Amino acid sequence: MPKDASQSAFVEFQRVQKSYDGETLVVKDLNLSMPKGEFLTMLGPSGSGKTTCLMMLAGFETATHGEILLDGNPINNIPPHKRGIGMVFQNYALFPHMTINENLSFPLEVRKIGKSTREEKVKRALDMVEMGAFGGRRPSQLSGGQQQRIALARALVFEPELVLMDEPLGALDKQLREKMQFEITDLAHRLGITVVYVTHDQTEALTMSDRVAVFNDGRIQQLAPPDHLYEEPENSFVAQFIGENNTLEGVVETIDGESCTVRLDGGEVIDAKPVNVSQPGERTKVSIRPERVEFNAERLQKGAHTLKAEVLEFIYMGDIYRTRLRVAGNEDFIVKTRNAPDQRRLQPGEQLEIGWLPSDCRALDA
Amino acid sequence: MTSTSDSSAEQAAASGPMLAADGTPLKKSIARALRMQKLRALALIAPLLIFILVTFIAPIADMLFRSVENQIVSTTLPRTITTLEGWDGSAGEAPGEDVFAALYYDMFVAAEAKEHTKLGTRLNYEQTGISSLFRKSGRKLDDLGKDYQKPFEKAAKDLGDGAAFHALMTGTGPSDSALLESTRARLEALTGDSMAGEIGFAPGAEISALLPLTAAAYADFAVFTARVDGDAPADEDPWEAVYTALAHDLATPGTIEKIASYTGPGAELLQAAADVAPSLPDYRAFFEDVDEDWLDVANWSTIQTYAPNYTSGYFLNAIDMQKTPDGTALRDDDERIYIMLFKRTMFMSLVITFSCILLGYPVAWLLANLPMRTANLLMILVLLPFWTSLLVRTSAWKVMLQQQGVINDVLVWLGLVEDTARLIMINNQLGTIIAMTHILLPFMILPLYSVMQTIPPTYLRAAKSLGATNWTAFWRVYFPQSIPGIGAGSILVFILAIGYYITPEIVGGTTGTFISNRIAYHISSSLNWGLGAALGAILLAAVLLLYWCYDQIVGIDNVKLGG
Repeated sequence: MPKDASQSAFVEFQRVQKSYDGETLVVKDLNLSMPKGEFLTMLGPSGSGKTTCLMMLAGFETATHGEILLDGNPINNIPPHKRGIGMVFQNYALFPHMTINENLSFPLEVRKIGKSTREEKVKRALDMVEMGAFGGRRPSQLSGGQQQRIALARALVFEPELVLMDEPLGALDKQLREKMQFEITDLAHRLGITVVYVTHDQTEALTMSDRVAVFNDGRIQQLAPPDHLYEEPENSFVAQFIGENNTLEGVVETIDGESCTVRLDGGEVIDAKPVNVSQPGERTKVSIRPERVEFNAERLQKGAHTLKAEVLEFIYMGDIYRTRLRVAGNEDFIVKTRNAPDQRRLQPGEQLEIGWLPSDCRALDA
Repeated sequence: MTSTSDSSAEQAAASGPMLAADGTPLKKSIARALRMQKLRALALIAPLLIFILVTFIAPIADMLFRSVENQIVSTTLPRTITTLEGWDGSAGEAPGEDVFAALYYDMFVAAEAKEHTKLGTRLNYEQTGISSLFRKSGRKLDDLGKDYQKPFEKAAKDLGDGAAFHALMTGTGPSDSALLESTRARLEALTGDSMAGEIGFAPGAEISALLPLTAAAYADFAVFTARVDGDAPADEDPWEAVYTALAHDLATPGTIEKIASYTGPGAELLQAAADVAPSLPDYRAFFEDVDEDWLDVANWSTIQTYAPNYTSGYFLNAIDMQKTPDGTALRDDDERIYIMLFKRTMFMSLVITFSCILLGYPVAWLLANLPMRTANLLMILVLLPFWTSLLVRTSAWKVMLQQQGVINDVLVWLGLVEDTARLIMINNQLGTIIAMTHILLPFMILPLYSVMQTIPPTYLRAAKSLGATNWTAFWRVYFPQSIPGIGAGSILVFILAIGYYITPEIVGGTTGTFISNRIAYHISSSLNWGLGAALGAILLAAVLLLYWCYDQIVGIDNVKLGG
């Protein structure tokens, strides 16, 4: 479904730019299209422009340049209340002076829907988030998680096709957050709605989304399904931002189609997969995921380049071991190993040889 | 740790009250530990507490007391009031001779103490014209006494001599201390000063039995001379009233016979006076001669009605009613003013409060929603008039609004208004409303602003994202949340407005003044403090009542002055 997104685009950003002060662009040349029914997450550090994009889509900010299309129609000049987009806010924004029922029937009332239909829809929406018994309460009488559900129900009660969520789980504790992540995605898929979700929490982005758009510096750095994003980052920002990552810097020595060799700044040579380097002599940052590092020489490919490493620290984390090594002058080189019966606990000071499959080692931009 | 808690739990189970570590009951040791804290807290607030008690609670209590207090009648005319008790004004007859006799002696003392005009002023609030009655009579009281004094002095020159009369009244044997003490007490009540101390006179019991009125009149004279004037009674000539009393006593049947057998000091003087054989003084004719209104039943009814020490008269007056012999009744149409003033005060305060909401709400909204820098500038513009003197602002409105003022000039210049038909915008209700709305506006804006600041803009966004138009979002979502601010501002503005004085005084003219202006008039011009106090008490009660209503309807918890 995500592959042929451009064909049946439901939401489309065309060369959208946004500037608040006329001097700096908060959003630079944004192009994005998503099909109906997709769950897309905008992920990025604060100030990367992701919330601004969401606000432009909701209609609370206007694009300085470019066109935003909803179901093929430009919506730049449509006021927010006519866009029919549901929205869940960071702090829920439940109206404190109304009961839960009143909160939920508010969007139906302003749409002049009859009383009996209204009550029925409110009831259905509350049942959907399993909050049917709470209709008479006020938001302040509910816990954070309950308020979150109500906010979700309120955004869905008028049956919008597109729902925007602005860091909706930010205020919840970890356990509740994980539960809600599941509930939100489940609900979204069940109802077949299109969701644009903004977060700065990468775990949330990876677990919930069909596709993730990684924002930085006003641009989408990479737009891909979670597994692609993690395993095949297209640039060093994405590699750094998503998950844990080891970086080694050096210069490309040889390049040959799907593989290349990189001479690290310390003089060592390693194999890598060229991603956005094209010719020898270019500076590059090589990225290896901690769980793909191998220090059991038998499991390495024959003829693979290895590096000398010294164990600096061993951290026991329950399900995994986290070992910090000094590799090619980098003292923050992390290796993660599964806590398995045959797994050895490395001792600080131990010297060893490490290596990896060339395909796991990506030579990215410097 | 565990062993102690176990043992104390055991103790509790065994002996009832929980004990502290040293064996004293736990409650007692908590009380002891908290007492120091409480004392310290009390000491910290003591200065403010004392300040409030002295400058706020005490004056209010005093005001409430003054609004019912009415001791002036019974202290100035104590004997008259007593004799008047049996009188029934509905018969249409003026009181009898005994009342006028008592009035004569009461008035004489009061006139000497210069208290009779105060009583006249007090009673004049209730019955117009009574004040001049008291003033006139006070001047002529001496005349009656002089009529008797002259023949007495002709018969025996020493009767006019202070020392000889003093000796006569002192007599021999036991003295009548009860008379002296009652005189002291009466004069204390009259003048409000202490009469304790040496008098230099004690009426003889024998002479006081023989000449009761004279002894009483002379005791009045002696106490007054000794304690108020600071002179020895023996050195001063007696008051004229003493001779009137002497004539009264001598004319009483049986007295002359008893004098013949009297042997005390000055017996021969007394015999000489008895030989004059004066007629019984006709007090009633005397007062009628001073002013025939003394025979007016209405005046006596007023005195009788206001004889008690406490009266509801001031309060009745404050609601345009009065006491009549038949109970309470509304005043005549042309004398009613206070109910109208109260209504006007309420109405105008409401209008001012409402105008403040209307003008202040958008400003507060801007303040709460503009960027910090602009909002601060706007805030200064709001506060700047607040820091300017009230008098200056009010006077400025006078300049702006008067018929030859800035606004009228501009309107005429623009041709919107004829030069001959300039608008009257000052010295009436409009002027008061405009000036007071301007002056009280910050009291509305500031609480509104502080409440609006706490309403996150996401609520409006949420409402719009749910499909509400700008107006619906405002009216259904933003406005209800700003109501606590409106409530706080309205209470502030209304309560300030209802008691406002300076601005209505300056720009109110006659139609734009408040009840407070009338209170000020009674406090500083007419000096009818009792009525002023009653009006103030009603105003206070009205404010408290409104506050209570507000609490019932809106709930005082819904009032927010900030965050």
